[in-house]
Amino acid sequence: MSTAPTSRSHRTMLSRGRQWVPPAVTVAALIVVVASPDAYLQASISRMAPFTVLAVSVAVVTGHAGLPTLGQVAPYAVGAYTTARLALAGITAAPVHLAAGALAGAVVAGVLGAALVRYRGTVFLMLSLAVAELSATSAAGWQAVTGGTDGLAGIPAPSLAPVTPALVDDRAVLLYAATVTTATTVAAILLLHGPRRLLLLGARGNEDRARASGHPVNRYLWLVHTGAGAVAGIGGALLIHTHRWITPADVGFTTAAIVLLAVVIGGATSLPGAVAGAVAVLTVRDVVALSAPGHAPLLLGVLFVAAVYVLPGGLAALPARIRHLPRPRWLTRAPDGSSVAEPVARSMS
Amino acid sequence: MDANLILAIDGIAYGLLLAIAAAGLTLAFGAGGVLNLAHGTLVAAGGYLAVATSSGTWSSLAAGMLAATAVGAAGGGVMAAATAALNRRRHLDQALLTFGAALIGGDLLTTIFGPDILRPRVPAVLEGTVIVAGRPYPADRLAVLGIAVAIAVAGYGGLHRTRAGRLIRATVDDRGMVAGIGVNPRLVDAAVLVASGALAGLAGALSTPILGVGPDTADTVLLLSLIIVVCGGLGSVPGAVAAAVAVGLVQTVGVTTIPGLAPYLLIFTMALVLLARRTPLTGEVHR
Repeated sequence: MSTAPTSRSHRTMLSRGRQWVPPAVTVAALIVVVASPDAYLQASISRMAPFTVLAVSVAVVTGHAGLPTLGQVAPYAVGAYTTARLALAGITAAPVHLAAGALAGAVVAGVLGAALVRYRGTVFLMLSLAVAELSATSAAGWQAVTGGTDGLAGIPAPSLAPVTPALVDDRAVLLYAATVTTATTVAAILLLHGPRRLLLLGARGNEDRARASGHPVNRYLWLVHTGAGAVAGIGGALLIHTHRWITPADVGFTTAAIVLLAVVIGGATSLPGAVAGAVAVLTVRDVVALSAPGHAPLLLGVLFVAAVYVLPGGLAALPARIRHLPRPRWLTRAPDGSSVAEPVARSMS
Repeated sequence: MDANLILAIDGIAYGLLLAIAAAGLTLAFGAGGVLNLAHGTLVAAGGYLAVATSSGTWSSLAAGMLAATAVGAAGGGVMAAATAALNRRRHLDQALLTFGAALIGGDLLTTIFGPDILRPRVPAVLEGTVIVAGRPYPADRLAVLGIAVAIAVAGYGGLHRTRAGRLIRATVDDRGMVAGIGVNPRLVDAAVLVASGALAGLAGALSTPILGVGPDTADTVLLLSLIIVVCGGLGSVPGAVAAAVAVGLVQTVGVTTIPGLAPYLLIFTMALVLLARRTPLTGEVHR
């Protein structure tokens, strides 16, 4: 068939083009929201940012390292309380907060990871559950630092630099939160690209083989876990910047479970998928639920159950599935039988 | 010392209730690989139904127990049907499905029964106390302890002395072999989920006179059951019973004797067990 090469390259170009559709739609939606006069909408969207960054962190550990985790709320909590304490002590520079949050998150995740990365699967999940419980319990118990179960409120707004005004305007906060979220996600994607991605794929696909080839798998996993801790710490700093209050419930088991499930809805191995999953979950829980007060769990449950049946492989597999849909006959003259890349191999068990 | 003895009896009673709830969970995981996160919600549903049914007479109490068991079994059946369609999918998909079901069920229960902690009206005899080792002890707790022991013994007999029980244990050990002798292991999975749901409902009904049932019941029971299932060794009923009694004792005796560490005690115990265990669980690195 002489036309096959052209049609195939045409198809590749099309799928390359399609790759840019979700980010373009996201940016367009953000521009619309930023331009709109609705301050409440802007505040609602910017308050999704910390959870989204936490989801990216969980997707790094769950999808790339292959360790299903509930424990990323610990570095998230430490990042948040560090930021809150800094702000209450009069240090309001946002870059300092982000750096301190990332550092504190990385340290906590590094210490926890040293014990955790030796385990896999269910045992890892349960140990990380213990971590989640511990972080919420400590947040409730350590009165002097965390304000106990009452939490910390009245945290001063951050400023980008010592000379600039504080970030209080909803539009400015949204722009700031969106920028930090995007930068963190893109940085995580770039860091997990190419050989590193393949190395992790190999390690979780056949760990014994990777070990036999001389790869220190646990060290890789520890590095990924620690890096994800830095991401979660940044998410914690964002939590303070967008909400300006915190309670132990923000860093407890429920947050940990819902963020993990948001990542599963997103597709586990895809970081943009995790962002989409987090936004979907928060939209249902905080926006759609406004029309049925008190029934957020019901709506969230319906979303989870529906996602299992409607979205196997998560949101990240959706474009590939749409491409696989049987097309109308007038669009395709002859099926060329070329294999279309499967959605990224899923290796969790 | 006597006070500690009373606490220990409390702890064992609590532990046995948890064991009844967790035994089904661990079997369902061992046999079919289904980790049912809606398990706690089935316990809560059983508890609510028992509270709604029992009105202070013995017959209504029995009816409440039966209704709780039935609703648990029905819930288990729903979970069996829902997870059967997910055969060969990841555990995380199951978690998504069963946690979603738990959220839906919890919301419906709170909508129907309200946000308060409810307690059933039990016959007057059970409201009183009896003398145990020279100290007064609540009669309802003693009754619950007795029933829990009876169920544990019956469950042991059922698992070891009946064909159905042996099939279940065989499925945990070797699915292929069960299929080889002409029994569909997926049928066993479904039966285990229904049975574990029934046990969950019954455990919920039994615990209401002591603990009551409220919006937090499902989460608490699920968390404790997960700890029990993992510490006891996934799929092992004796392990789960031992872990459940240990959890019951930690939650009563431990918390009272070391109140300063109360919130951490259980989690630390679990972490210690997991970190120190000699026999590897599924998914652990063999080295």
